[in-house]
Amino acid sequence: MSATPTRRQPKRSLAPVREPGAGASISPVQLKDRWRGYWANQKVVARQTLLRLVAQPASSMMTVLVIGIALALPVVMLVSLSNIEQLGRGWDGAARISLFLKRDVSDDNARGLADRLEQRKDIAAVQFTSASEALDEFRQLSGYGEVLDSLESNPLPGVLVVTPAGGDVDADTSRTLFDELSMLPDVDQAKLDLEWVQRLHAMMDIGKRISLSLGFLLSLGVLLVIGNTIKLAIEARRDEIVVVKLVGGTDAFVRRPFLYTGFWYGLGGGITAWLILQFSMLLLAGPVSMLSGLYESEYSLTGLGFGNTLMLWLTSGFLGWMGAWLVVRRQLKSIEPR
Amino acid sequence: MIQFDDVSKRYEGGHTALNHLSFQIERNEMVFLTGHSGAGKSTLLKLIMMMERPTSGQVFVDGKNLNRLPARKIPEHRRGVGVVFQNHQLLFDRSVFDNVALPLIIAGFQPRDVGRRVRAALDKVGLLDKEKKNPITLSGGEQQRVGIARAVVNKPALLLADEPTGNLDPELSAEIMHLFEQFNQVGVTILIASHDLSLIARLPHRLISLKAGQLLRPEVA
Ligand SMILES: Nc1ncnc2c1ncn2[C@@H]1O[C@H](COP(=O)(O)OP(=O)(O)O)[C@@H](O)[C@H]1O
Ligand SMILES: [Mg+2]
Repeated sequence: MSATPTRRQPKRSLAPVREPGAGASISPVQLKDRWRGYWANQKVVARQTLLRLVAQPASSMMTVLVIGIALALPVVMLVSLSNIEQLGRGWDGAARISLFLKRDVSDDNARGLADRLEQRKDIAAVQFTSASEALDEFRQLSGYGEVLDSLESNPLPGVLVVTPAGGDVDADTSRTLFDELSMLPDVDQAKLDLEWVQRLHAMMDIGKRISLSLGFLLSLGVLLVIGNTIKLAIEARRDEIVVVKLVGGTDAFVRRPFLYTGFWYGLGGGITAWLILQFSMLLLAGPVSMLSGLYESEYSLTGLGFGNTLMLWLTSGFLGWMGAWLVVRRQLKSIEPR
Repeated sequence: MIQFDDVSKRYEGGHTALNHLSFQIERNEMVFLTGHSGAGKSTLLKLIMMMERPTSGQVFVDGKNLNRLPARKIPEHRRGVGVVFQNHQLLFDRSVFDNVALPLIIAGFQPRDVGRRVRAALDKVGLLDKEKKNPITLSGGEQQRVGIARAVVNKPALLLADEPTGNLDPELSAEIMHLFEQFNQVGVTILIASHDLSLIARLPHRLISLKAGQLLRPEVA
Protein backbone atom coordinates (compact mmCIF):
# COMPACT_ATOMS: atom_id res chain seq x y z
CA MET A 1 0.00 0.00 0.00
CA SER A 2 2.96 2.36 -0.05
CA ALA A 3 3.54 4.80 -2.85
CA THR A 4 6.48 7.09 -3.39
CA PRO A 5 5.44 10.55 -4.40
CA THR A 6 6.91 11.53 -7.72
CA ARG A 7 6.62 15.30 -7.85
CA ARG A 8 9.98 16.60 -6.73
CA GLN A 9 11.68 19.91 -6.69
CA PRO A 10 14.98 20.27 -8.49
CA LYS A 11 17.86 19.91 -6.10
CA ARG A 12 19.67 23.04 -5.11
CA SER A 13 23.42 22.97 -4.98
CA LEU A 14 23.52 25.11 -1.86
CA ALA A 15 24.81 22.86 0.90
CA PRO A 16 22.96 23.05 4.19
CA VAL A 17 24.76 25.00 6.81
CA ARG A 18 26.61 22.82 9.32
CA GLU A 19 27.33 24.27 12.70
CA PRO A 20 28.71 23.02 16.00
CA GLY A 21 26.22 20.72 17.61
CA ALA A 22 24.64 19.81 14.32
CA GLY A 23 27.09 17.42 12.81
CA ALA A 24 29.31 14.47 13.37
CA SER A 25 32.59 16.07 12.35
CA ILE A 26 33.68 18.72 14.80
CA SER A 27 37.01 20.43 14.45
CA PRO A 28 39.31 20.76 17.48
CA VAL A 29 38.79 24.52 17.51
CA GLN A 30 35.06 24.04 17.79
CA LEU A 31 35.57 21.44 20.48
CA LYS A 32 37.66 23.89 22.48
CA ASP A 33 34.99 26.52 21.99
CA ARG A 34 32.30 24.16 23.16
CA TRP A 35 34.36 23.19 26.16
CA ARG A 36 34.61 26.88 27.07
CA GLY A 37 30.90 27.24 26.44
CA TYR A 38 30.33 24.29 28.77
CA TRP A 39 32.19 25.95 31.62
CA ALA A 40 30.56 29.27 30.92
CA ASN A 41 27.23 27.44 31.26
CA GLN A 42 28.30 25.91 34.58
CA LYS A 43 29.04 29.36 35.96
CA VAL A 44 25.86 30.83 34.56
CA VAL A 45 23.73 28.02 36.00
CA ALA A 46 25.46 28.27 39.39
CA ARG A 47 24.71 31.97 39.53
CA GLN A 48 21.19 31.71 38.14
CA THR A 49 20.12 28.99 40.57
CA LEU A 50 21.56 30.93 43.51
CA LEU A 51 19.82 34.14 42.42
CA ARG A 52 16.58 32.22 41.99
CA LEU A 53 16.78 30.98 45.59
CA VAL A 54 17.62 34.44 46.89
CA ALA A 55 14.75 35.91 44.88
CA GLN A 56 12.22 33.85 46.86
CA PRO A 57 13.71 34.01 50.35
CA ALA A 58 10.57 32.93 52.18
CA SER A 59 10.35 29.43 50.72
CA SER A 60 14.09 28.82 50.41
CA MET A 61 14.79 30.03 53.95
CA MET A 62 12.36 27.45 55.27
CA THR A 63 14.24 24.59 53.62
CA VAL A 64 17.65 26.00 54.54
CA LEU A 65 16.58 26.40 58.18
CA VAL A 66 15.28 22.84 58.40
CA ILE A 67 18.55 21.52 56.99
CA GLY A 68 20.57 23.84 59.22
CA ILE A 69 18.85 22.72 62.40
CA ALA A 70 19.13 19.07 61.43
CA LEU A 71 22.86 19.43 60.85
CA ALA A 72 23.41 21.67 63.88
CA LEU A 73 22.22 19.01 66.31
CA PRO A 74 25.03 16.48 65.76
CA VAL A 75 27.59 19.23 65.19
CA VAL A 76 26.81 20.96 68.48
CA MET A 77 26.91 17.59 70.25
CA LEU A 78 30.28 16.66 68.80
CA VAL A 79 31.78 20.04 69.57
CA SER A 80 30.48 19.82 73.16
CA LEU A 81 31.98 16.36 73.56
CA SER A 82 35.34 17.43 72.24
CA ASN A 83 35.29 20.33 74.68
CA ILE A 84 34.49 18.03 77.58
CA GLU A 85 37.24 15.72 76.41
CA GLN A 86 39.70 18.58 76.44
CA LEU A 87 38.59 19.50 79.95
CA GLY A 88 39.07 15.89 80.97
CA ARG A 89 42.56 15.91 79.55
CA GLY A 90 43.38 18.85 81.85
CA TRP A 91 42.19 16.66 84.72
CA ASP A 92 44.22 13.62 83.92
CA GLY A 93 46.01 14.40 87.19
CA ALA A 94 42.77 13.26 88.77
CA ALA A 95 44.06 9.74 88.21
CA ARG A 96 46.64 10.59 90.83
CA ILE A 97 47.47 8.06 93.48
CA SER A 98 47.46 9.33 97.04
CA LEU A 99 49.84 7.44 99.39
CA PHE A 100 49.03 7.98 103.06
CA LEU A 101 52.24 7.31 104.96
CA LYS A 102 52.57 5.44 108.22
CA ARG A 103 52.87 7.61 111.32
CA ASP A 104 56.43 6.59 112.11
CA VAL A 105 57.79 7.74 108.75
CA SER A 106 59.77 10.92 109.28
CA ASP A 107 59.50 13.83 106.88
CA ASP A 108 63.09 13.18 105.72
CA ASN A 109 62.37 9.56 104.96
CA ALA A 110 59.21 10.59 103.19
CA ARG A 111 61.17 13.05 101.01
CA GLY A 112 63.68 10.30 100.26
CA LEU A 113 60.89 8.00 99.21
CA ALA A 114 59.42 10.74 97.05
CA ASP A 115 62.79 11.24 95.32
CA ARG A 116 63.18 7.54 94.70
CA LEU A 117 59.66 7.21 93.29
CA GLU A 118 60.18 10.19 91.05
CA GLN A 119 63.06 8.33 89.35
CA ARG A 120 60.66 5.69 88.05
CA LYS A 121 59.68 5.82 84.41
CA ASP A 122 55.99 5.22 85.05
CA ILE A 123 55.77 8.14 87.44
CA ALA A 124 55.66 11.71 86.26
CA ALA A 125 55.75 13.57 89.56
CA VAL A 126 55.58 13.04 93.29
CA GLN A 127 54.47 15.74 95.64
CA PHE A 128 55.02 15.43 99.39
CA THR A 129 52.76 17.05 101.91
CA SER A 130 53.99 16.59 105.44
CA ALA A 131 51.60 15.94 108.31
CA SER A 132 51.95 19.48 109.65
CA GLU A 133 51.50 21.01 106.23
CA ALA A 134 48.41 18.91 105.79
CA LEU A 135 47.11 20.16 109.12
CA ASP A 136 47.74 23.78 108.15
CA GLU A 137 45.96 23.32 104.91
CA PHE A 138 43.03 21.70 106.59
CA ARG A 139 42.91 24.42 109.20
CA GLN A 140 42.68 27.06 106.50
CA LEU A 141 40.13 25.32 104.38
CA SER A 142 37.84 23.96 107.04
CA GLY A 143 37.71 26.86 109.47
CA TYR A 144 37.94 24.41 112.40
CA GLY A 145 41.09 26.19 113.56
CA GLU A 146 40.26 26.27 117.29
CA VAL A 147 39.12 22.71 117.44
CA LEU A 148 42.33 21.60 115.80
CA ASP A 149 44.42 23.69 118.17
CA SER A 150 42.92 21.82 121.08
CA LEU A 151 44.13 18.50 119.72
CA GLU A 152 47.22 17.15 121.38
CA SER A 153 48.69 15.45 118.37
CA ASN A 154 48.28 15.87 114.64
CA PRO A 155 45.72 13.29 113.46
CA LEU A 156 46.70 13.67 109.82
CA PRO A 157 49.35 11.52 108.11
CA GLY A 158 51.93 12.71 105.61
CA VAL A 159 50.85 12.21 102.05
CA LEU A 160 52.68 11.49 98.79
CA VAL A 161 50.64 12.40 95.72
CA VAL A 162 51.90 10.39 92.78
CA THR A 163 51.11 11.41 89.20
CA PRO A 164 51.47 8.47 86.81
CA ALA A 165 53.42 9.15 83.64
CA GLY A 166 51.73 9.20 80.27
CA GLY A 167 49.20 11.75 79.13
CA ASP A 168 46.08 9.68 78.78
CA VAL A 169 44.73 7.81 81.72
CA ASP A 170 45.21 4.17 81.08
CA ALA A 171 43.24 2.22 83.63
CA ASP A 172 45.43 -0.91 83.58
CA THR A 173 48.84 0.68 84.01
CA SER A 174 47.51 2.97 86.71
CA ARG A 175 46.04 -0.06 88.46
CA THR A 176 49.34 -1.99 88.37
CA LEU A 177 51.22 1.02 89.64
CA PHE A 178 48.66 1.44 92.35
CA ASP A 179 48.99 -2.18 93.48
CA GLU A 180 52.75 -1.88 93.59
CA LEU A 181 52.78 1.37 95.53
CA SER A 182 50.30 0.18 98.10
CA MET A 183 52.73 -2.67 99.00
CA LEU A 184 55.53 -0.24 99.95
CA PRO A 185 56.48 -0.69 103.61
CA ASP A 186 56.15 3.03 104.43
CA VAL A 187 52.69 3.27 102.96
CA ASP A 188 49.75 2.85 105.26
CA GLN A 189 47.03 3.19 102.70
CA ALA A 190 46.84 4.05 99.00
CA LYS A 191 43.92 5.59 97.18
CA LEU A 192 43.43 5.60 93.44
CA ASP A 193 41.04 8.21 92.16
CA LEU A 194 40.36 6.73 88.77
CA GLU A 195 36.85 5.48 88.49
CA TRP A 196 35.14 8.68 87.57
CA VAL A 197 37.71 9.34 84.87
CA GLN A 198 36.94 5.95 83.40
CA ARG A 199 33.27 6.65 83.61
CA LEU A 200 33.75 9.98 81.93
CA HIS A 201 35.61 8.35 79.10
CA ALA A 202 32.99 5.68 78.67
CA MET A 203 30.27 8.30 78.62
CA MET A 204 32.17 10.35 76.07
CA ASP A 205 32.46 7.29 73.92
CA ILE A 206 28.74 6.66 74.08
CA GLY A 207 28.07 10.33 73.44
CA LYS A 208 30.24 10.30 70.36
CA ARG A 209 28.54 7.24 69.01
CA ILE A 210 25.14 8.75 69.62
CA SER A 211 26.09 11.97 67.83
CA LEU A 212 27.54 10.08 64.92
CA SER A 213 24.48 7.90 64.42
CA LEU A 214 22.30 10.94 64.96
CA GLY A 215 24.37 12.72 62.33
CA PHE A 216 23.89 9.81 59.98
CA LEU A 217 20.13 9.69 60.48
CA LEU A 218 19.75 13.43 60.18
CA SER A 219 21.85 13.40 57.02
CA LEU A 220 19.35 10.96 55.57
CA GLY A 221 16.65 13.39 56.66
CA VAL A 222 18.49 16.20 54.89
CA LEU A 223 18.66 14.08 51.74
CA LEU A 224 14.90 13.55 51.91
CA VAL A 225 14.12 17.21 52.57
CA ILE A 226 16.27 18.35 49.66
CA GLY A 227 14.95 15.58 47.46
CA ASN A 228 11.41 16.66 48.12
CA THR A 229 12.19 20.32 47.53
CA ILE A 230 13.88 19.50 44.26
CA LYS A 231 10.97 17.30 43.25
CA LEU A 232 8.64 20.28 43.63
CA ALA A 233 11.08 22.46 41.71
CA ILE A 234 11.13 19.95 38.86
CA GLU A 235 7.34 19.86 38.74
CA ALA A 236 7.25 23.64 38.62
CA ARG A 237 9.64 23.69 35.67
CA ARG A 238 8.11 20.88 33.68
CA ASP A 239 7.44 23.06 30.61
CA GLU A 240 10.99 24.25 30.53
CA ILE A 241 12.34 20.71 30.77
CA VAL A 242 10.17 19.58 27.87
CA VAL A 243 11.32 22.45 25.67
CA VAL A 244 14.96 21.95 26.61
CA LYS A 245 14.73 18.28 25.70
CA LEU A 246 12.97 19.15 22.43
CA VAL A 247 15.72 21.46 21.27
CA GLY A 248 18.40 18.92 22.11
CA GLY A 249 19.36 19.48 25.73
CA THR A 250 21.29 16.56 27.11
CA ASP A 251 20.25 14.92 30.37
CA ALA A 252 23.28 16.53 31.99
CA PHE A 253 22.14 19.95 30.81
CA VAL A 254 18.62 19.38 32.16
CA ARG A 255 19.93 18.06 35.48
CA ARG A 256 22.46 20.81 36.06
CA PRO A 257 20.25 23.58 37.46
CA PHE A 258 18.60 21.16 39.88
CA LEU A 259 21.89 19.75 41.09
CA TYR A 260 23.17 23.27 41.70
CA THR A 261 19.96 24.15 43.51
CA GLY A 262 20.42 21.12 45.76
CA PHE A 263 24.02 22.12 46.37
CA TRP A 264 23.03 25.65 47.36
CA TYR A 265 20.36 24.36 49.74
CA GLY A 266 22.88 22.02 51.35
CA LEU A 267 25.55 24.69 51.62
CA GLY A 268 23.02 27.15 53.02
CA GLY A 269 22.03 24.53 55.59
CA GLY A 270 25.68 23.93 56.50
CA ILE A 271 26.29 27.63 57.02
CA THR A 272 23.11 27.87 59.09
CA ALA A 273 24.28 24.93 61.24
CA TRP A 274 27.59 26.74 61.75
CA LEU A 275 25.79 29.93 62.78
CA ILE A 276 23.69 27.95 65.26
CA LEU A 277 26.89 26.47 66.69
CA GLN A 278 28.53 29.90 67.01
CA PHE A 279 25.43 31.21 68.72
CA SER A 280 25.26 28.36 71.24
CA MET A 281 28.95 28.82 72.01
CA LEU A 282 28.34 32.49 72.64
CA LEU A 283 25.60 31.56 75.09
CA LEU A 284 27.88 29.05 76.85
CA ALA A 285 30.99 31.22 76.95
CA GLY A 286 29.92 33.05 80.13
CA PRO A 287 29.02 30.02 82.27
CA VAL A 288 32.10 28.15 81.09
CA SER A 289 34.55 30.88 81.99
CA MET A 290 32.92 31.03 85.44
CA LEU A 291 33.23 27.27 85.82
CA SER A 292 36.84 27.24 84.72
CA GLY A 293 37.48 30.05 87.20
CA LEU A 294 36.16 27.79 89.97
CA TYR A 295 38.52 25.02 88.88
CA GLU A 296 41.41 27.44 88.71
CA SER A 297 42.04 26.40 85.14
CA GLU A 298 42.33 28.58 82.11
CA TYR A 299 39.75 26.97 79.91
CA SER A 300 37.81 28.45 77.06
CA LEU A 301 35.50 26.78 74.55
CA THR A 302 36.95 25.50 71.29
CA GLY A 303 34.78 25.72 68.19
CA LEU A 304 34.96 23.72 64.98
CA GLY A 305 38.14 25.32 63.72
CA PHE A 306 38.80 26.27 60.13
CA GLY A 307 39.34 22.78 58.70
CA ASN A 308 36.25 21.26 60.28
CA THR A 309 34.09 24.23 59.32
CA LEU A 310 35.18 23.81 55.73
CA MET A 311 34.47 20.11 56.05
CA LEU A 312 30.98 20.80 57.39
CA TRP A 313 30.17 23.12 54.50
CA LEU A 314 31.54 20.78 51.88
CA THR A 315 29.70 17.84 53.37
CA SER A 316 26.43 19.72 53.55
CA GLY A 317 26.86 21.00 50.01
CA PHE A 318 27.56 17.48 48.85
CA LEU A 319 24.52 16.17 50.73
CA GLY A 320 22.38 18.73 48.91
CA TRP A 321 23.82 17.80 45.55
CA MET A 322 23.32 14.13 46.34
CA GLY A 323 19.72 14.60 47.50
CA ALA A 324 18.95 16.44 44.27
CA TRP A 325 20.73 13.86 42.16
CA LEU A 326 18.75 10.95 43.63
CA VAL A 327 15.45 12.62 42.75
CA VAL A 328 16.45 14.23 39.48
CA ARG A 329 17.64 10.99 38.01
CA ARG A 330 14.27 9.34 38.48
CA GLN A 331 12.07 12.37 37.94
CA LEU A 332 13.54 13.61 34.67
CA LYS A 333 13.05 10.29 32.96
CA SER A 334 9.32 10.67 33.36
CA ILE A 335 9.32 14.08 31.68
CA GLU A 336 9.63 13.60 27.95
CA PRO A 337 8.25 15.73 25.13
CA ARG A 338 5.03 14.21 23.76
CA MET B 1 17.44 14.01 3.75
CA ILE B 2 14.53 12.04 5.16
CA GLN B 3 13.64 8.51 4.23
CA PHE B 4 10.85 6.36 5.65
CA ASP B 5 11.16 2.68 4.88
CA ASP B 6 8.00 0.63 5.47
CA VAL B 7 7.41 2.43 8.76
CA SER B 8 4.56 1.50 11.08
CA LYS B 9 3.75 3.05 14.40
CA ARG B 10 1.29 1.49 16.75
CA TYR B 11 0.62 3.29 20.01
CA GLU B 12 0.11 1.49 23.25
CA GLY B 13 -3.58 0.75 23.33
CA GLY B 14 -3.45 -0.69 19.85
CA HIS B 15 -4.09 2.36 17.70
CA THR B 16 -2.10 2.26 14.45
CA ALA B 17 -1.06 5.82 13.61
CA LEU B 18 1.25 4.97 10.69
CA ASN B 19 0.76 1.94 8.50
CA HIS B 20 3.63 0.64 6.34
CA LEU B 21 4.68 4.07 5.23
CA SER B 22 7.50 4.68 2.72
CA PHE B 23 8.60 7.98 1.20
CA GLN B 24 11.63 10.13 0.71
CA ILE B 25 12.42 13.83 0.99
CA GLU B 26 15.48 15.16 -0.78
CA ARG B 27 17.96 17.64 0.58
CA ASN B 28 16.80 21.28 0.14
CA GLU B 29 13.23 20.24 -0.61
CA MET B 30 10.25 21.99 0.88
CA VAL B 31 7.38 19.57 1.44
CA PHE B 32 3.90 19.84 2.89
CA LEU B 33 2.49 17.00 4.89
CA THR B 34 -1.30 17.00 4.78
CA GLY B 35 -4.17 14.86 5.86
CA HIS B 36 -7.20 15.07 8.09
CA SER B 37 -6.89 15.28 11.82
CA GLY B 38 -5.69 11.96 13.17
CA ALA B 39 -4.11 10.89 9.90
CA GLY B 40 -0.71 10.54 11.55
CA LYS B 41 1.07 13.78 10.62
CA SER B 42 2.30 14.59 14.12
CA THR B 43 3.33 11.00 14.65
CA LEU B 44 5.45 11.15 11.51
CA LEU B 45 7.23 14.28 12.74
CA LYS B 46 7.72 12.73 16.18
CA LEU B 47 9.47 9.79 14.60
CA ILE B 48 11.89 12.15 12.88
CA MET B 49 12.45 13.97 16.18
CA MET B 50 12.85 10.65 17.99
CA MET B 51 10.07 11.61 20.37
CA GLU B 52 8.65 8.25 19.40
CA ARG B 53 10.23 5.10 17.98
CA PRO B 54 8.66 3.20 15.06
CA THR B 55 7.02 -0.12 15.84
CA SER B 56 8.53 -1.50 12.63
CA GLY B 57 10.40 -0.17 9.62
CA GLN B 58 13.25 2.27 9.45
CA VAL B 59 13.62 6.04 9.46
CA PHE B 60 16.72 7.68 7.99
CA VAL B 61 17.63 11.30 8.61
CA ASP B 62 20.64 12.70 6.81
CA GLY B 63 21.78 9.15 6.11
CA LYS B 64 21.55 8.10 9.78
CA ASN B 65 19.37 5.13 10.63
CA LEU B 66 17.47 6.35 13.66
CA ASN B 67 16.81 2.79 14.82
CA ARG B 68 20.55 2.43 15.36
CA LEU B 69 20.83 5.66 17.30
CA PRO B 70 21.14 4.97 21.05
CA ALA B 71 19.12 7.07 23.49
CA ARG B 72 22.16 9.06 24.57
CA LYS B 73 22.60 10.33 21.00
CA ILE B 74 19.06 11.71 20.81
CA PRO B 75 19.96 15.21 22.08
CA GLU B 76 22.68 15.55 19.47
CA HIS B 77 20.24 14.41 16.78
CA ARG B 78 17.63 16.94 17.90
CA ARG B 79 20.17 19.74 17.84
CA GLY B 80 20.46 19.14 14.10
CA VAL B 81 16.72 19.47 13.54
CA GLY B 82 14.72 22.65 14.07
CA VAL B 83 11.06 22.29 15.10
CA VAL B 84 8.16 24.68 15.14
CA PHE B 85 5.01 23.74 17.02
CA GLN B 86 1.46 24.86 16.69
CA ASN B 87 1.44 25.93 20.32
CA HIS B 88 4.99 27.28 19.82
CA GLN B 89 6.21 25.88 23.18
CA LEU B 90 7.67 29.19 24.28
CA LEU B 91 8.72 29.76 27.88
CA PHE B 92 6.93 32.66 29.48
CA ASP B 93 9.34 33.03 32.38
CA ARG B 94 11.98 34.66 30.18
CA SER B 95 12.45 37.17 27.41
CA VAL B 96 12.13 36.59 23.69
CA PHE B 97 15.93 36.76 23.48
CA ASP B 98 16.39 34.03 26.10
CA ASN B 99 13.81 31.82 24.41
CA VAL B 100 15.61 32.01 21.11
CA ALA B 101 19.03 31.64 22.77
CA LEU B 102 18.11 28.33 24.43
CA PRO B 103 19.27 25.98 21.61
CA LEU B 104 22.58 27.86 21.39
CA ILE B 105 23.22 27.67 25.12
CA ILE B 106 22.42 23.97 25.01
CA ALA B 107 24.83 23.51 22.12
CA GLY B 108 27.53 25.24 24.16
CA PHE B 109 28.00 28.47 22.24
CA GLN B 110 29.93 31.28 23.86
CA PRO B 111 27.91 34.28 25.05
CA ARG B 112 29.18 36.67 22.37
CA ASP B 113 28.24 34.21 19.59
CA VAL B 114 24.87 33.65 21.23
CA GLY B 115 24.03 37.36 21.10
CA ARG B 116 25.09 37.67 17.48
CA ARG B 117 23.15 34.64 16.29
CA VAL B 118 20.00 35.33 18.29
CA ARG B 119 19.80 38.84 16.83
CA ALA B 120 20.40 37.50 13.33
CA ALA B 121 17.54 35.00 13.78
CA LEU B 122 15.20 37.60 15.26
CA ASP B 123 16.07 39.94 12.42
CA LYS B 124 15.09 37.29 9.88
CA VAL B 125 11.64 36.87 11.42
CA GLY B 126 11.28 40.65 11.83
CA LEU B 127 11.24 40.76 15.62
CA LEU B 128 14.56 42.40 16.38
CA ASP B 129 12.85 45.18 18.33
CA LYS B 130 11.02 42.69 20.59
CA GLU B 131 14.01 40.83 22.00
CA LYS B 132 13.59 42.14 25.56
CA LYS B 133 9.85 41.49 25.74
CA ASN B 134 8.21 38.56 27.39
CA PRO B 135 6.65 36.39 24.65
CA ILE B 136 3.35 36.40 26.54
CA THR B 137 2.94 40.07 25.57
CA LEU B 138 3.23 39.28 21.85
CA SER B 139 0.46 38.47 19.37
CA GLY B 140 -0.13 34.92 18.15
CA GLY B 141 1.66 35.57 14.88
CA GLU B 142 4.61 37.13 16.66
CA GLN B 143 4.84 34.24 19.10
CA GLN B 144 4.90 31.83 16.19
CA ARG B 145 7.74 33.79 14.62
CA VAL B 146 9.68 33.65 17.89
CA GLY B 147 9.21 29.89 17.73
CA ILE B 148 10.58 29.90 14.17
CA ALA B 149 13.55 32.03 15.20
CA ARG B 150 14.32 29.51 17.93
CA ALA B 151 14.03 26.65 15.44
CA VAL B 152 16.49 28.20 12.99
CA VAL B 153 18.91 29.93 15.37
CA ASN B 154 21.17 26.88 15.45
CA LYS B 155 21.12 26.82 11.62
CA PRO B 156 19.77 23.28 11.32
CA ALA B 157 19.86 21.55 7.95
CA LEU B 158 16.32 20.30 8.53
CA LEU B 159 13.32 22.25 9.76
CA LEU B 160 10.05 20.62 10.81
CA ALA B 161 6.82 22.41 11.55
CA ASP B 162 3.65 20.91 13.01
CA GLU B 163 0.60 23.00 12.14
CA PRO B 164 2.58 26.23 12.36
CA THR B 165 -0.37 28.31 11.18
CA GLY B 166 -3.04 26.42 13.10
CA ASN B 167 -4.14 29.37 15.20
CA LEU B 168 -3.49 32.17 12.76
CA ASP B 169 -5.70 34.06 10.31
CA PRO B 170 -5.06 33.53 6.57
CA GLU B 171 -2.96 36.64 6.12
CA LEU B 172 -0.60 35.82 8.97
CA SER B 173 -0.48 32.21 7.82
CA ALA B 174 0.67 33.26 4.37
CA GLU B 175 3.35 35.42 6.00
CA ILE B 176 4.61 32.51 8.06
CA MET B 177 4.72 30.25 5.01
CA HIS B 178 6.66 32.88 3.13
CA LEU B 179 9.16 32.91 5.97
CA PHE B 180 9.63 29.16 5.61
CA GLU B 181 10.18 29.60 1.88
CA GLN B 182 12.93 32.08 2.62
CA PHE B 183 14.73 29.59 4.82
CA ASN B 184 14.27 26.95 2.14
CA GLN B 185 15.95 29.26 -0.33
CA VAL B 186 19.13 29.34 1.72
CA GLY B 187 19.31 25.57 1.71
CA VAL B 188 17.26 24.34 4.64
CA THR B 189 15.18 21.21 4.02
CA ILE B 190 11.65 21.89 5.23
CA LEU B 191 8.73 19.63 6.15
CA ILE B 192 5.52 21.30 7.23
CA ALA B 193 2.51 19.40 8.55
CA SER B 194 -0.70 21.26 7.90
CA HIS B 195 -4.34 20.52 7.16
CA ASP B 196 -4.88 24.04 5.83
CA LEU B 197 -5.37 22.93 2.22
CA SER B 198 -6.55 26.28 0.93
CA LEU B 199 -3.24 27.79 1.94
CA ILE B 200 -1.06 24.92 0.77
CA ALA B 201 -2.76 24.64 -2.62
CA ARG B 202 -1.53 28.09 -3.58
CA LEU B 203 2.12 27.22 -2.91
CA PRO B 204 4.31 25.37 -5.40
CA HIS B 205 5.67 22.66 -3.17
CA ARG B 206 5.41 18.92 -3.10
CA LEU B 207 2.62 17.39 -1.03
CA ILE B 208 2.68 14.22 0.97
CA SER B 209 -0.85 13.31 1.92
CA LEU B 210 -1.73 10.89 4.67
CA LYS B 211 -4.94 9.07 5.28
CA ALA B 212 -5.24 6.79 8.25
CA GLY B 213 -1.50 6.41 8.42
CA GLN B 214 -1.01 5.61 4.76
CA LEU B 215 0.04 7.62 1.73
CA LEU B 216 -2.52 9.01 -0.66
CA ARG B 217 -1.40 9.57 -4.22
CA PRO B 218 -0.29 13.20 -4.55
CA GLU B 219 -2.85 13.83 -7.31
CA VAL B 220 -5.68 12.88 -4.97
CA ALA B 221 -4.73 15.38 -2.30
N1 LIG C 1 0.53 9.18 22.45
C1 LIG C 1 -0.47 8.55 21.78
N2 LIG C 1 -1.03 7.46 22.32
C2 LIG C 1 -2.02 6.82 21.67
N3 LIG C 1 -2.53 7.20 20.50
C3 LIG C 1 -2.01 8.30 19.90
C4 LIG C 1 -0.96 9.03 20.53
N4 LIG C 1 -0.64 10.07 19.73
C5 LIG C 1 -1.46 9.98 18.65
N5 LIG C 1 -2.29 8.92 18.76
C6 LIG C 1 -3.28 8.49 17.77
O1 LIG C 1 -2.61 8.28 16.56
C7 LIG C 1 -3.36 8.80 15.49
C8 LIG C 1 -2.54 9.78 14.71
O2 LIG C 1 -2.33 10.92 15.52
P1 LIG C 1 -1.49 12.17 15.04
O3 LIG C 1 -0.19 11.67 14.52
O4 LIG C 1 -1.45 13.15 16.12
O5 LIG C 1 -2.35 12.71 13.83
P2 LIG C 1 -2.42 14.17 13.21
O6 LIG C 1 -1.25 14.94 13.69
O7 LIG C 1 -2.41 13.92 11.72
O8 LIG C 1 -3.72 14.76 13.63
C9 LIG C 1 -4.61 9.44 16.07
O9 LIG C 1 -5.69 8.55 15.92
C10 LIG C 1 -4.29 9.60 17.53
O10 LIG C 1 -5.44 9.41 18.30
MG1 LIG D 1 -1.16 16.68 14.77
